[in-house]
Amino acid sequence: MAPQLVIDTLTLHFGGVTALSGVYQEVNPGDILAVIGPNGAGKTSLLNCISGLYRPSAGRIVFEDREITNLPPHRRAQLGIGRTFQNIELFKHMTVLENLMLGRHIHMSQGLVSGGFYWGRARREEEVHRRRVEEIIDFLEIESIRHKAVGTLAYGLQKRVELGRALALEPRLLLLDEPMAGMNLEEKEDMARFILDVAEEWGTTLILIEHDMGVVMDISDQVAVLDFGRKIAEGTPEEVQKNPLVVKAYLGKQ
Amino acid sequence: MTFFMQILISGLVVGAVYALVAFGFVLIYKSSDVINFAQGEFLLVGAYIALSLVVFYQVPFPAAVALTLSMCVILGVVVERLVLRPFIGERVISVIMATIGLSLLMRGIIQMVWGTETRTFPGIFPDMPVRLGDVVVSQIYLWSLAVAVVLLVVFTVFFKYSSTGIVMRAAADDQVAALSMGISVKRIIAITWAIAAVVAAIGGILLGNINGVNPSLAYIGLMVLPVVILGGLDSVPGAVVGGFIIGILESLAGGYLDPLIGGGVKEVAPFAVLLLVLMVRPYGLFGKEIIERV
Repeated sequence: MAPQLVIDTLTLHFGGVTALSGVYQEVNPGDILAVIGPNGAGKTSLLNCISGLYRPSAGRIVFEDREITNLPPHRRAQLGIGRTFQNIELFKHMTVLENLMLGRHIHMSQGLVSGGFYWGRARREEEVHRRRVEEIIDFLEIESIRHKAVGTLAYGLQKRVELGRALALEPRLLLLDEPMAGMNLEEKEDMARFILDVAEEWGTTLILIEHDMGVVMDISDQVAVLDFGRKIAEGTPEEVQKNPLVVKAYLGKQ
Repeated sequence: MTFFMQILISGLVVGAVYALVAFGFVLIYKSSDVINFAQGEFLLVGAYIALSLVVFYQVPFPAAVALTLSMCVILGVVVERLVLRPFIGERVISVIMATIGLSLLMRGIIQMVWGTETRTFPGIFPDMPVRLGDVVVSQIYLWSLAVAVVLLVVFTVFFKYSSTGIVMRAAADDQVAALSMGISVKRIIAITWAIAAVVAAIGGILLGNINGVNPSLAYIGLMVLPVVILGGLDSVPGAVVGGFIIGILESLAGGYLDPLIGGGVKEVAPFAVLLLVLMVRPYGLFGKEIIERV
Protein backbone atom coordinates (compact mmCIF):
# COMPACT_ATOMS: atom_id res chain seq x y z
CA MET A 1 0.00 0.00 0.00
CA ALA A 2 1.36 3.40 -0.98
CA PRO A 3 1.44 5.88 1.87
CA GLN A 4 -1.09 8.70 1.65
CA LEU A 5 1.20 11.20 3.30
CA VAL A 6 4.97 11.31 3.30
CA ILE A 7 6.76 13.70 5.61
CA ASP A 8 10.22 13.64 4.11
CA THR A 9 13.07 14.67 6.41
CA LEU A 10 11.40 17.84 7.57
CA THR A 11 13.42 20.51 9.30
CA LEU A 12 12.01 23.73 10.73
CA HIS A 13 13.97 26.60 12.27
CA PHE A 14 12.66 29.66 14.06
CA GLY A 15 15.64 31.98 14.14
CA GLY A 16 18.19 29.99 16.11
CA VAL A 17 15.68 27.50 17.50
CA THR A 18 15.23 24.18 15.78
CA ALA A 19 11.62 23.08 16.14
CA LEU A 20 11.89 20.05 13.87
CA SER A 21 14.99 18.25 12.76
CA GLY A 22 14.96 15.71 9.94
CA VAL A 23 11.58 14.21 10.79
CA TYR A 24 10.55 11.40 8.46
CA GLN A 25 7.15 9.76 8.67
CA GLU A 26 4.84 7.87 6.36
CA VAL A 27 1.13 7.65 7.00
CA ASN A 28 -1.00 4.98 5.37
CA PRO A 29 -4.55 5.67 4.22
CA GLY A 30 -7.17 5.02 6.90
CA ASP A 31 -4.62 4.85 9.72
CA ILE A 32 -4.78 6.73 12.98
CA LEU A 33 -1.33 8.06 13.76
CA ALA A 34 -0.75 9.52 17.20
CA VAL A 35 2.09 11.98 17.62
CA ILE A 36 3.31 12.09 21.19
CA GLY A 37 6.17 13.68 23.03
CA PRO A 38 6.99 16.03 25.90
CA ASN A 39 5.97 19.70 25.76
CA GLY A 40 7.97 21.64 23.18
CA ALA A 41 8.87 18.49 21.28
CA GLY A 42 7.59 19.99 17.99
CA LYS A 43 4.27 18.17 17.69
CA THR A 44 2.16 21.21 16.82
CA SER A 45 4.95 22.51 14.57
CA LEU A 46 4.73 19.27 12.63
CA LEU A 47 0.97 19.65 12.24
CA ASN A 48 1.38 23.26 11.18
CA CYS A 49 3.86 22.19 8.51
CA ILE A 50 1.39 19.64 7.16
CA SER A 51 -1.54 22.08 7.14
CA GLY A 52 0.62 24.85 5.70
CA LEU A 53 0.69 27.42 8.49
CA TYR A 54 4.47 26.93 8.69
CA ARG A 55 6.88 26.52 5.80
CA PRO A 56 9.58 23.99 6.63
CA SER A 57 13.19 25.17 6.32
CA ALA A 58 14.09 21.92 4.57
CA GLY A 59 12.41 18.71 3.50
CA ARG A 60 9.27 17.86 1.56
CA ILE A 61 5.68 16.95 2.26
CA VAL A 62 3.93 14.73 -0.26
CA PHE A 63 0.18 14.20 -0.03
CA GLU A 64 -1.40 11.61 -2.33
CA ASP A 65 1.64 11.65 -4.66
CA ARG A 66 1.58 15.41 -4.93
CA GLU A 67 4.19 17.64 -3.37
CA ILE A 68 2.47 20.25 -1.21
CA THR A 69 5.49 21.67 0.63
CA ASN A 70 5.02 25.16 -0.80
CA LEU A 71 1.25 25.34 -1.14
CA PRO A 72 -0.54 27.97 0.97
CA PRO A 73 -2.79 26.60 3.74
CA HIS A 74 -6.10 27.25 1.98
CA ARG A 75 -4.96 25.28 -1.07
CA ARG A 76 -4.12 22.31 1.14
CA ALA A 77 -7.57 22.45 2.67
CA GLN A 78 -8.97 22.36 -0.86
CA LEU A 79 -6.92 19.20 -1.51
CA GLY A 80 -8.63 17.49 1.42
CA ILE A 81 -6.53 18.22 4.49
CA GLY A 82 -8.68 19.34 7.41
CA ARG A 83 -7.63 20.22 10.92
CA THR A 84 -8.58 21.36 14.38
CA PHE A 85 -6.53 23.46 16.75
CA GLN A 86 -5.08 23.12 20.22
CA ASN A 87 -6.65 26.42 21.30
CA ILE A 88 -10.05 26.19 19.66
CA GLU A 89 -10.28 28.38 16.55
CA LEU A 90 -13.98 28.70 15.87
CA PHE A 91 -15.90 31.61 14.38
CA LYS A 92 -17.11 32.64 17.82
CA HIS A 93 -19.76 35.12 16.76
CA MET A 94 -21.48 32.67 14.47
CA THR A 95 -23.80 29.79 15.23
CA VAL A 96 -22.82 26.13 15.22
CA LEU A 97 -24.68 25.69 11.95
CA GLU A 98 -22.91 28.64 10.31
CA ASN A 99 -19.55 27.31 11.45
CA LEU A 100 -20.27 23.93 9.92
CA MET A 101 -21.60 25.49 6.73
CA LEU A 102 -18.33 27.40 6.42
CA GLY A 103 -16.65 24.01 6.61
CA ARG A 104 -18.42 23.27 3.31
CA HIS A 105 -16.70 26.24 1.68
CA ILE A 106 -14.43 24.21 -0.61
CA HIS A 107 -17.38 22.24 -1.93
CA MET A 108 -19.40 25.29 -2.86
CA SER A 109 -19.09 25.83 -6.57
CA GLN A 110 -20.58 29.27 -7.02
CA GLY A 111 -18.08 32.01 -7.65
CA LEU A 112 -18.09 35.50 -6.27
CA VAL A 113 -20.78 36.88 -8.56
CA SER A 114 -23.27 34.05 -8.82
CA GLY A 115 -22.65 33.22 -5.18
CA GLY A 116 -23.56 36.72 -4.17
CA PHE A 117 -27.09 35.83 -3.22
CA TYR A 118 -29.11 32.72 -2.63
CA TRP A 119 -31.01 32.41 -5.84
CA GLY A 120 -31.81 29.45 -8.09
CA ARG A 121 -28.88 27.12 -8.42
CA ALA A 122 -27.14 28.55 -5.41
CA ARG A 123 -30.20 27.88 -3.27
CA ARG A 124 -30.45 24.24 -4.42
CA GLU A 125 -26.76 23.79 -3.79
CA GLU A 126 -27.20 25.24 -0.34
CA GLU A 127 -29.77 22.56 0.45
CA VAL A 128 -27.34 19.80 -0.49
CA HIS A 129 -24.70 21.24 1.82
CA ARG A 130 -27.24 21.76 4.56
CA ARG A 131 -28.16 18.07 4.40
CA ARG A 132 -24.51 17.05 4.65
CA VAL A 133 -24.03 19.34 7.64
CA GLU A 134 -27.12 17.94 9.36
CA GLU A 135 -25.63 14.44 9.01
CA ILE A 136 -22.54 15.63 10.83
CA ILE A 137 -24.67 17.30 13.49
CA ASP A 138 -26.49 14.00 14.04
CA PHE A 139 -23.25 12.06 14.09
CA LEU A 140 -21.72 14.32 16.74
CA GLU A 141 -24.96 14.51 18.71
CA ILE A 142 -25.10 18.30 18.77
CA GLU A 143 -28.65 18.73 17.44
CA SER A 144 -29.80 20.78 20.40
CA ILE A 145 -27.16 23.48 20.04
CA ARG A 146 -27.16 23.97 16.29
CA HIS A 147 -28.50 27.54 16.47
CA LYS A 148 -26.39 28.66 19.43
CA ALA A 149 -23.47 31.05 19.00
CA VAL A 150 -20.35 28.94 19.55
CA GLY A 151 -18.79 31.53 21.85
CA THR A 152 -21.47 30.72 24.42
CA LEU A 153 -20.88 26.96 24.45
CA ALA A 154 -19.03 24.94 27.05
CA TYR A 155 -15.43 24.05 26.23
CA GLY A 156 -16.05 20.37 25.54
CA LEU A 157 -18.85 21.20 23.13
CA GLN A 158 -16.73 23.76 21.33
CA LYS A 159 -14.12 21.05 20.76
CA ARG A 160 -16.84 18.87 19.30
CA VAL A 161 -18.12 21.66 17.03
CA GLU A 162 -14.60 22.27 15.81
CA LEU A 163 -14.30 18.60 14.91
CA GLY A 164 -17.65 18.88 13.13
CA ARG A 165 -16.51 21.85 11.11
CA ALA A 166 -13.34 20.00 10.06
CA LEU A 167 -15.49 16.99 9.08
CA ALA A 168 -17.79 19.20 7.00
CA LEU A 169 -14.81 19.70 4.71
CA GLU A 170 -14.91 15.91 4.09
CA PRO A 171 -11.16 15.69 4.52
CA ARG A 172 -9.22 12.63 3.44
CA LEU A 173 -6.58 13.56 5.98
CA LEU A 174 -7.65 15.06 9.28
CA LEU A 175 -5.21 16.63 11.72
CA LEU A 176 -6.37 16.88 15.33
CA ASP A 177 -4.30 18.94 17.74
CA GLU A 178 -5.09 17.72 21.26
CA PRO A 179 -8.75 16.94 20.60
CA MET A 180 -9.27 15.86 24.21
CA ALA A 181 -7.22 18.41 26.11
CA GLY A 182 -9.07 19.77 29.12
CA MET A 183 -11.94 17.31 28.85
CA ASN A 184 -13.40 15.17 31.58
CA LEU A 185 -13.44 11.38 31.32
CA GLU A 186 -16.90 11.15 29.80
CA GLU A 187 -16.17 13.79 27.18
CA LYS A 188 -12.91 12.03 26.34
CA GLU A 189 -14.72 8.75 25.81
CA ASP A 190 -17.23 10.45 23.51
CA MET A 191 -14.47 12.08 21.52
CA ALA A 192 -12.52 8.82 21.24
CA ARG A 193 -15.64 7.13 19.90
CA PHE A 194 -16.15 9.90 17.31
CA ILE A 195 -12.55 9.66 16.19
CA LEU A 196 -12.72 5.89 15.77
CA ASP A 197 -16.01 6.21 13.87
CA VAL A 198 -14.56 8.81 11.52
CA ALA A 199 -11.65 6.53 10.68
CA GLU A 200 -13.83 3.46 10.34
CA GLU A 201 -16.95 4.72 8.58
CA TRP A 202 -15.48 7.47 6.43
CA GLY A 203 -12.06 5.96 5.87
CA THR A 204 -10.44 9.22 6.88
CA THR A 205 -6.75 9.17 7.72
CA LEU A 206 -6.09 10.81 11.07
CA ILE A 207 -3.05 12.35 12.68
CA LEU A 208 -3.61 13.38 16.25
CA ILE A 209 -1.60 14.88 19.02
CA GLU A 210 -2.63 13.67 22.42
CA HIS A 211 -1.18 13.67 25.90
CA ASP A 212 -3.50 11.14 27.48
CA MET A 213 -1.52 7.92 27.00
CA GLY A 214 -4.51 5.76 27.80
CA VAL A 215 -6.41 7.25 24.87
CA VAL A 216 -3.39 7.09 22.58
CA MET A 217 -2.87 3.39 23.30
CA ASP A 218 -6.57 2.69 22.82
CA ILE A 219 -7.29 4.33 19.53
CA SER A 220 -4.12 4.69 17.47
CA ASP A 221 -2.74 2.28 14.89
CA GLN A 222 0.68 3.89 14.83
CA VAL A 223 2.52 6.12 17.24
CA ALA A 224 5.36 8.53 16.45
CA VAL A 225 7.37 9.96 19.33
CA LEU A 226 9.03 13.36 19.08
CA ASP A 227 11.58 14.76 21.48
CA PHE A 228 13.36 18.10 20.97
CA GLY A 229 12.25 18.15 17.34
CA ARG A 230 13.60 14.70 16.53
CA LYS A 231 11.64 11.55 15.99
CA ILE A 232 12.98 9.11 18.52
CA ALA A 233 10.61 6.19 17.98
CA GLU A 234 7.72 4.86 15.97
CA GLY A 235 5.62 1.77 15.91
CA THR A 236 2.45 0.27 17.27
CA PRO A 237 1.34 1.51 20.71
CA GLU A 238 2.74 -1.64 22.37
CA GLU A 239 6.14 -1.32 20.68
CA VAL A 240 6.46 2.34 21.59
CA GLN A 241 5.46 1.75 25.18
CA LYS A 242 8.36 -0.66 25.64
CA ASN A 243 10.93 1.49 23.85
CA PRO A 244 13.59 2.60 26.36
CA LEU A 245 14.21 5.85 24.46
CA VAL A 246 10.57 6.81 24.91
CA VAL A 247 10.60 6.01 28.59
CA LYS A 248 13.72 8.11 28.96
CA ALA A 249 12.21 11.06 27.10
CA TYR A 250 9.18 11.05 29.33
CA LEU A 251 10.72 10.22 32.67
CA GLY A 252 14.25 11.49 32.30
CA LYS A 253 17.36 9.36 32.87
CA GLN A 254 16.82 6.42 35.11
CA MET B 1 -38.19 74.80 13.51
CA THR B 2 -37.51 75.22 9.82
CA PHE B 3 -33.95 76.23 10.61
CA PHE B 4 -33.55 73.17 12.78
CA MET B 5 -34.89 70.91 10.02
CA GLN B 6 -32.54 72.45 7.47
CA ILE B 7 -29.61 71.81 9.75
CA LEU B 8 -30.78 68.32 10.52
CA ILE B 9 -31.05 67.41 6.86
CA SER B 10 -27.65 68.75 5.93
CA GLY B 11 -26.29 66.89 8.95
CA LEU B 12 -27.90 63.69 7.73
CA VAL B 13 -26.36 64.09 4.29
CA VAL B 14 -22.88 64.75 5.63
CA GLY B 15 -23.42 61.94 8.12
CA ALA B 16 -24.35 59.56 5.31
CA VAL B 17 -21.05 60.28 3.58
CA TYR B 18 -19.18 59.81 6.86
CA ALA B 19 -21.01 56.53 7.32
CA LEU B 20 -19.92 55.32 3.86
CA VAL B 21 -16.28 56.23 4.37
CA ALA B 22 -16.26 54.86 7.92
CA PHE B 23 -17.87 51.67 6.66
CA GLY B 24 -14.87 51.02 4.43
CA PHE B 25 -12.51 51.91 7.25
CA VAL B 26 -14.15 49.43 9.63
CA LEU B 27 -14.22 46.68 7.00
CA ILE B 28 -10.47 46.98 6.54
CA TYR B 29 -9.88 47.09 10.27
CA LYS B 30 -12.01 44.04 10.91
CA SER B 31 -10.57 41.91 8.15
CA SER B 32 -6.91 42.75 8.61
CA ASP B 33 -6.43 44.91 11.74
CA VAL B 34 -5.14 47.71 9.56
CA ILE B 35 -5.97 51.32 10.49
CA ASN B 36 -6.27 52.94 7.09
CA PHE B 37 -5.34 56.61 7.21
CA ALA B 38 -5.69 56.86 3.43
CA GLN B 39 -9.46 56.43 3.43
CA GLY B 40 -9.92 60.16 2.74
CA GLU B 41 -7.63 59.94 -0.27
CA PHE B 42 -9.68 57.08 -1.72
CA LEU B 43 -12.62 59.47 -1.50
CA LEU B 44 -10.64 62.18 -3.29
CA VAL B 45 -9.45 59.89 -6.05
CA GLY B 46 -12.98 58.68 -6.70
CA ALA B 47 -14.34 62.22 -6.84
CA TYR B 48 -11.59 63.41 -9.18
CA ILE B 49 -11.77 60.48 -11.56
CA ALA B 50 -15.53 60.87 -11.91
CA LEU B 51 -15.15 64.61 -12.37
CA SER B 52 -12.51 64.21 -15.06
CA LEU B 53 -14.59 61.66 -16.92
CA VAL B 54 -17.63 63.92 -16.88
CA VAL B 55 -15.91 67.23 -17.56
CA PHE B 56 -12.98 66.35 -19.83
CA TYR B 57 -14.12 63.20 -21.53
CA GLN B 58 -17.81 64.09 -21.68
CA VAL B 59 -18.79 60.65 -20.42
CA PRO B 60 -22.46 60.55 -19.36
CA PHE B 61 -22.72 60.67 -15.57
CA PRO B 62 -23.98 57.10 -14.89
CA ALA B 63 -21.30 55.61 -17.15
CA ALA B 64 -18.70 57.85 -15.53
CA VAL B 65 -19.71 56.58 -12.10
CA ALA B 66 -19.56 52.94 -13.24
CA LEU B 67 -16.14 53.51 -14.79
CA THR B 68 -14.88 55.32 -11.70
CA LEU B 69 -16.00 52.55 -9.39
CA SER B 70 -14.34 49.89 -11.56
CA MET B 71 -11.12 51.86 -11.44
CA CYS B 72 -11.44 52.15 -7.67
CA VAL B 73 -11.82 48.38 -7.38
CA ILE B 74 -8.49 48.06 -9.16
CA LEU B 75 -6.96 50.83 -7.06
CA GLY B 76 -8.06 49.16 -3.82
CA VAL B 77 -6.68 45.79 -4.85
CA VAL B 78 -3.39 47.23 -6.12
CA VAL B 79 -2.85 49.34 -2.99
CA GLU B 80 -3.43 46.33 -0.77
CA ARG B 81 -1.11 44.17 -2.84
CA LEU B 82 1.75 46.67 -3.16
CA VAL B 83 1.59 48.63 0.07
CA LEU B 84 -0.15 46.57 2.74
CA ARG B 85 0.71 42.97 1.97
CA PRO B 86 4.45 43.38 2.61
CA PHE B 87 3.48 44.56 6.10
CA ILE B 88 1.59 41.44 7.11
CA GLY B 89 2.91 40.36 10.49
CA GLU B 90 4.68 43.67 11.10
CA ARG B 91 4.03 45.83 14.15
CA VAL B 92 0.90 47.97 14.26
CA ILE B 93 2.92 51.17 14.27
CA SER B 94 4.70 50.17 11.04
CA VAL B 95 1.39 49.51 9.33
CA ILE B 96 -0.02 52.83 10.53
CA MET B 97 3.05 54.66 9.21
CA ALA B 98 2.61 52.83 5.90
CA THR B 99 -0.99 54.00 5.49
CA ILE B 100 -0.06 57.55 6.52
CA GLY B 101 2.72 57.45 3.93
CA LEU B 102 0.25 56.11 1.42
CA SER B 103 -2.18 58.93 2.15
CA LEU B 104 0.52 61.58 1.65
CA LEU B 105 1.72 59.93 -1.53
CA MET B 106 -1.79 59.73 -2.94
CA ARG B 107 -2.53 63.33 -2.00
CA GLY B 108 0.68 64.46 -3.68
CA ILE B 109 -0.17 62.63 -6.87
CA ILE B 110 -3.71 63.98 -6.79
CA GLN B 111 -2.42 67.54 -6.51
CA MET B 112 0.06 66.94 -9.31
CA VAL B 113 -2.65 65.69 -11.62
CA TRP B 114 -5.62 67.83 -10.70
CA GLY B 115 -4.13 70.87 -8.96
CA THR B 116 -5.51 72.44 -5.80
CA GLU B 117 -8.33 74.70 -6.95
CA THR B 118 -11.92 73.65 -6.40
CA ARG B 119 -13.49 72.01 -9.41
CA THR B 120 -17.20 71.53 -9.78
CA PHE B 121 -19.36 68.94 -11.43
CA PRO B 122 -21.64 70.34 -14.13
CA GLY B 123 -25.23 70.42 -12.86
CA ILE B 124 -26.09 66.73 -12.95
CA PHE B 125 -28.91 66.75 -10.48
CA PRO B 126 -31.81 69.12 -11.16
CA ASP B 127 -31.44 72.55 -9.54
CA MET B 128 -35.08 72.81 -8.50
CA PRO B 129 -35.22 72.43 -4.73
CA VAL B 130 -37.86 70.20 -3.23
CA ARG B 131 -40.27 71.45 -0.59
CA LEU B 132 -40.90 69.13 2.31
CA GLY B 133 -43.48 71.10 4.29
CA ASP B 134 -41.73 74.28 5.31
CA VAL B 135 -38.32 72.95 4.60
CA VAL B 136 -36.60 73.56 1.30
CA VAL B 137 -34.10 70.90 0.32
CA SER B 138 -31.98 70.78 -2.80
CA GLN B 139 -32.42 67.58 -4.79
CA ILE B 140 -28.78 66.61 -4.60
CA TYR B 141 -29.14 66.34 -0.83
CA LEU B 142 -32.02 63.93 -1.12
CA TRP B 143 -30.23 61.92 -3.79
CA SER B 144 -27.10 61.68 -1.69
CA LEU B 145 -29.03 60.56 1.33
CA ALA B 146 -30.97 57.97 -0.68
CA VAL B 147 -27.87 56.59 -2.40
CA ALA B 148 -25.96 56.30 0.85
CA VAL B 149 -28.82 54.65 2.71
CA VAL B 150 -29.51 52.17 -0.10
CA LEU B 151 -25.83 51.27 -0.30
CA LEU B 152 -25.54 50.76 3.43
CA VAL B 153 -28.61 48.50 3.41
CA VAL B 154 -27.31 46.52 0.43
CA PHE B 155 -23.95 45.97 2.09
CA THR B 156 -25.54 44.98 5.38
CA VAL B 157 -27.67 42.37 3.61
CA PHE B 158 -24.62 41.26 1.64
CA PHE B 159 -22.63 40.58 4.81
CA LYS B 160 -25.47 38.90 6.58
CA TYR B 161 -26.77 36.58 3.88
CA SER B 162 -24.52 36.25 0.83
CA SER B 163 -22.00 33.44 0.82
CA THR B 164 -19.15 35.84 0.06
CA GLY B 165 -20.31 38.08 2.90
CA ILE B 166 -20.41 35.18 5.33
CA VAL B 167 -16.95 34.05 4.27
CA MET B 168 -15.71 37.62 4.77
CA ARG B 169 -17.15 37.70 8.28
CA ALA B 170 -15.54 34.35 9.03
CA ALA B 171 -12.14 35.54 7.84
CA ALA B 172 -12.50 38.67 9.97
CA ASP B 173 -13.43 36.54 12.96
CA ASP B 174 -10.56 34.05 12.79
CA GLN B 175 -8.02 34.06 9.95
CA VAL B 176 -6.30 30.83 10.91
CA ALA B 177 -9.59 28.97 11.05
CA ALA B 178 -10.66 30.49 7.73
CA LEU B 179 -7.44 29.24 6.11
CA SER B 180 -8.06 25.75 7.43
CA MET B 181 -11.51 25.87 5.76
CA GLY B 182 -9.85 26.47 2.39
CA ILE B 183 -10.72 30.16 2.39
CA SER B 184 -8.12 32.37 0.74
CA VAL B 185 -7.72 35.12 3.30
CA LYS B 186 -5.54 37.14 0.92
CA ARG B 187 -8.37 37.19 -1.58
CA ILE B 188 -10.84 38.26 1.10
CA ILE B 189 -8.59 41.12 2.18
CA ALA B 190 -8.24 42.21 -1.45
CA ILE B 191 -12.04 42.25 -1.79
CA THR B 192 -12.25 44.27 1.43
CA TRP B 193 -9.93 46.94 0.07
CA ALA B 194 -11.85 47.05 -3.19
CA ILE B 195 -15.13 47.60 -1.33
CA ALA B 196 -13.54 50.22 0.92
CA ALA B 197 -12.21 52.14 -2.08
CA VAL B 198 -15.56 51.93 -3.84
CA VAL B 199 -17.70 53.19 -0.95
CA ALA B 200 -15.24 56.00 -0.29
CA ALA B 201 -15.36 56.96 -3.98
CA ILE B 202 -19.15 57.05 -3.89
CA GLY B 203 -18.94 59.34 -0.86
CA GLY B 204 -16.52 61.52 -2.80
CA ILE B 205 -18.76 61.72 -5.85
CA LEU B 206 -21.74 62.69 -3.69
CA LEU B 207 -19.82 65.36 -1.79
CA GLY B 208 -18.27 66.58 -5.02
CA ASN B 209 -21.70 67.16 -6.47
CA ILE B 210 -22.70 69.15 -3.39
CA ASN B 211 -19.65 71.31 -2.74
CA GLY B 212 -17.24 70.74 -5.60
CA VAL B 213 -13.96 68.87 -5.31
CA ASN B 214 -10.66 70.08 -3.91
CA PRO B 215 -7.85 68.30 -2.06
CA SER B 216 -9.08 69.48 1.33
CA LEU B 217 -11.97 67.00 1.02
CA ALA B 218 -9.46 64.44 2.26
CA TYR B 219 -10.16 65.82 5.76
CA ILE B 220 -13.00 63.30 5.78
CA GLY B 221 -10.34 60.65 6.18
CA LEU B 222 -9.71 62.20 9.59
CA MET B 223 -13.39 62.73 10.40
CA VAL B 224 -13.71 58.98 10.15
CA LEU B 225 -11.77 58.65 13.39
CA PRO B 226 -14.39 60.22 15.69
CA VAL B 227 -17.03 58.27 13.78
CA VAL B 228 -15.45 54.87 14.27
CA ILE B 229 -14.33 55.56 17.82
CA LEU B 230 -17.90 56.50 18.67
CA GLY B 231 -19.41 53.56 16.82
CA GLY B 232 -16.78 51.03 17.82
CA LEU B 233 -13.73 50.27 15.68
CA ASP B 234 -14.82 46.76 14.82
CA SER B 235 -18.53 47.35 14.31
CA VAL B 236 -20.09 47.87 10.88
CA PRO B 237 -23.45 49.05 12.29
CA GLY B 238 -21.40 51.25 14.62
CA ALA B 239 -19.77 52.96 11.63
CA VAL B 240 -23.19 53.73 10.15
CA VAL B 241 -24.79 54.98 13.37
CA GLY B 242 -21.62 56.85 14.34
CA GLY B 243 -21.48 58.48 10.90
CA PHE B 244 -24.97 59.87 11.18
CA ILE B 245 -24.52 61.01 14.79
CA ILE B 246 -21.27 62.83 14.07
CA GLY B 247 -22.70 64.38 10.88
CA ILE B 248 -25.77 65.72 12.69
CA LEU B 249 -23.77 66.84 15.70
CA GLU B 250 -21.34 68.72 13.50
CA SER B 251 -24.19 70.36 11.67
CA LEU B 252 -26.00 71.35 14.87
CA ALA B 253 -22.79 72.75 16.36
CA GLY B 254 -22.24 74.75 13.19
CA GLY B 255 -25.81 76.04 13.10
CA TYR B 256 -26.35 76.94 16.75
CA LEU B 257 -23.00 77.32 18.49
CA ASP B 258 -20.82 78.83 15.80
CA PRO B 259 -22.87 82.07 15.53
CA LEU B 260 -22.67 82.49 19.30
CA ILE B 261 -18.93 82.33 19.71
CA GLY B 262 -17.76 83.25 16.25
CA GLY B 263 -17.11 79.89 14.63
CA GLY B 264 -14.86 76.90 15.02
CA VAL B 265 -17.17 74.68 17.08
CA LYS B 266 -18.32 72.74 14.04
CA GLU B 267 -14.79 71.57 13.31
CA VAL B 268 -13.95 70.81 16.92
CA ALA B 269 -17.16 69.14 18.10
CA PRO B 270 -16.49 65.69 16.53
CA PHE B 271 -13.08 65.52 18.11
CA ALA B 272 -14.44 66.58 21.47
CA VAL B 273 -16.75 63.59 21.13
CA LEU B 274 -13.76 61.42 20.23
CA LEU B 275 -11.95 62.39 23.43
CA LEU B 276 -15.08 61.96 25.52
CA VAL B 277 -15.79 58.50 24.12
CA LEU B 278 -12.20 57.41 24.67
CA MET B 279 -12.48 58.45 28.31
CA VAL B 280 -15.90 57.01 29.05
CA ARG B 281 -16.41 54.09 26.70
CA PRO B 282 -13.23 53.38 24.74
CA TYR B 283 -14.73 50.51 22.75
CA GLY B 284 -17.50 52.76 21.43
CA LEU B 285 -21.23 52.20 21.18
CA PHE B 286 -21.16 48.81 19.47
CA GLY B 287 -17.55 47.72 19.66
CA LYS B 288 -16.37 44.60 21.37
CA GLU B 289 -15.37 45.23 24.93
CA ILE B 290 -11.94 43.74 25.30
CA ILE B 291 -11.40 42.49 28.79
CA GLU B 292 -7.82 41.80 29.60
CA ARG B 293 -7.22 39.48 32.46
CA VAL B 294 -3.95 40.14 34.14
